[in-house]
Amino acid sequence: MKQPPIIEVHNLTVLYGRKPALWNIDFDLPEKQVIGIMGPNGSGKSTLLKSIMGVVTPTSGFTKVYDQSLNNVRDRVSYVPQRQDIDWDFPASVWEIVAMGRYQKRGLFKKLTTEDQDIITDSLEKVNMLGYAKRQISQLSGGQQQRVFLARAIAQQGDLFLMDEPFAGVDIATEEMIISLLKDMKEAGKTLVIVHHDLHTAQSYFDHLVLLNTRLIASGPTEEVFTDQILTDTYGGKLTTISKISQELENKEFPIRHK
Amino acid sequence: MEFWGHITTFFSAENYTLFVVGIGSGILCFASGVVGTFTYLRKRALIGDVISHSVLPGVAIAFMLTGVKNPVYFLIGAVISGLLAIWIVDYVQAKSKLKPDAILALTLSVFFGLGIVLLTKIQHSGNDAQSGLDSFLFGKAASMSIADVKLFSIIAIINIACILIFLRGFSLVSFDENYARGIGFNIKFLKSFLALLTVLTVAIGVQAVGVVLMAALLITPAAGARFLTNSIRRMLMYAGLFGFLSGVIGVFISYSGTGMPTGPWIVVVLSLFTITAIMLGKQRGVIARLKLRKGNHIKINNENVLKDIYKLADDGQKTIETSILLQQEKYATSELKAILNRLERQDYLDQVRGFIILSDRGRIAAREVIRKHRLWEIYLSKYFQMQEDHVHDDAEGIEHVITPEIEKHLIKLLERPEIDPHQSEIPY
Repeated sequence: MKQPPIIEVHNLTVLYGRKPALWNIDFDLPEKQVIGIMGPNGSGKSTLLKSIMGVVTPTSGFTKVYDQSLNNVRDRVSYVPQRQDIDWDFPASVWEIVAMGRYQKRGLFKKLTTEDQDIITDSLEKVNMLGYAKRQISQLSGGQQQRVFLARAIAQQGDLFLMDEPFAGVDIATEEMIISLLKDMKEAGKTLVIVHHDLHTAQSYFDHLVLLNTRLIASGPTEEVFTDQILTDTYGGKLTTISKISQELENKEFPIRHK
Repeated sequence: MEFWGHITTFFSAENYTLFVVGIGSGILCFASGVVGTFTYLRKRALIGDVISHSVLPGVAIAFMLTGVKNPVYFLIGAVISGLLAIWIVDYVQAKSKLKPDAILALTLSVFFGLGIVLLTKIQHSGNDAQSGLDSFLFGKAASMSIADVKLFSIIAIINIACILIFLRGFSLVSFDENYARGIGFNIKFLKSFLALLTVLTVAIGVQAVGVVLMAALLITPAAGARFLTNSIRRMLMYAGLFGFLSGVIGVFISYSGTGMPTGPWIVVVLSLFTITAIMLGKQRGVIARLKLRKGNHIKINNENVLKDIYKLADDGQKTIETSILLQQEKYATSELKAILNRLERQDYLDQVRGFIILSDRGRIAAREVIRKHRLWEIYLSKYFQMQEDHVHDDAEGIEHVITPEIEKHLIKLLERPEIDPHQSEIPY
């Protein structure tokens, strides 16, 4: 029996200016799996995640989560933005960052309860960062920053985790820790969608893969999709045609669709 | 004694107007510091400059339409043209290929230029009520009326209250906007509200320090406060406090001397606070960092001398003559003696009649440095294919840097090696 899709992406197009970042993307994702979103630099991986999270507004098409608009099910979705997008010199402690994971539940004004404090403590413990709770975030290493972001997402207590490049620029110990954490979470019935760039580890990390290069190249179980042909299509030279077209659209200000 | 005379007059509230104006301008500057903290944290320092310059045409138009100098009309005009400037910056940024710095510079100068043109026109219009409008350029806190001050103070206090009530939202937006959007916070509202508070603060702040110096009032307190703390709440508190004190002191100075301008004095006092904070900050401050470097220097000297004594004593001698050490060391005699005396005070060694005797503590410390040195040499030659005769110099520096934690890690990584690349034994 086929599982119902947890994420549905329908005809999604996102333009930055006139340049398409994502172009007519269509796919469904299954529940309770570790799913990798892969593709070369600038292929729209982050944009895809941001569209699903409602951070970026699509030019056309839509995404659904649990067969609904994201707004109805936001409390079930935990988000880990890209670590590099953030200024870590912000005046805040590790604890304060993880506490943000509870803001969704408590909103703008409600005080955090002792239950929230326990959840924050637990989340920090899960990523081995409890000892750093009071540390100023600018003093953390890249791996530690990533753990803090993971802890914040865990504190959200969602069922679906969207993670943007959690393995980028982290040390081996952190990478191993994240992998074992992912396994535990999968066993606990969570779904994990991860933007990833390292082809070598793709097969061992993911049950399901989405391969992107502005357009969707393939989406399916790893063993079916991780083939030489598809990888060449994703990373290889043939797609330079697509990027040439994108350049034309941008430089000469063509619309991608004439209305 | 004239100075004390001024101070007593000031605080005795004998001169009621001066007292109210001093406290009022303090409150204005307090609000600027608090609101400006977010401008600073969002790296929008230049936006502060744009807003303050762009309120000028709003003020001028308000006067031209009404023909009276009413602060409420000025405020409305200022807020409208300030918001318009922000909107233009955002719009042009989204729609054009212009770089942000160019957009900011252009918007600022276009609005300011227009403001000056309008002001000049008003001055030549023959309307007597216009005299004093040019004080918007450099501020006129000391000559504000009590009614104005009260109005502005109330707005400033409302501003501060809003910031505190929305602290969670504003902090999250400043730190990680994408995440805030992802968890469903209304980013558009939060950003617009923060922009409105900023423009309001600027609109009343320019009455005290003027258009040209207003940006300093927003950004300088936050820049100083950042050096004093790593907590956003404390940062807001310090920034507000710096602002308040500068506002009060600035008004006082401008009152005590004839022809002293208020706005510039407020900014000068504020800058003094900030420079002091940059010097004295506990972790980030200049002095703290100089101290840290001095501490490192002492540690390096201590460890180098201990290491050499240990090595010399290790060559079959239990104690060594000070004169032998002096020949071996690269340190000048006086410096070496100072180091030895310091080490003696810290119980690392004893100096008896021209001899040096390492204590147990000294031996342990020396062995630790040698161990770190040799571990680093092994690490370099193993992982970076460095030649054996090249690793020593590197290790001379790094031996002082390796923490116990890193040492443990190295030992584990290298599987507790027994000898270094030069066949010397590693002392555990």
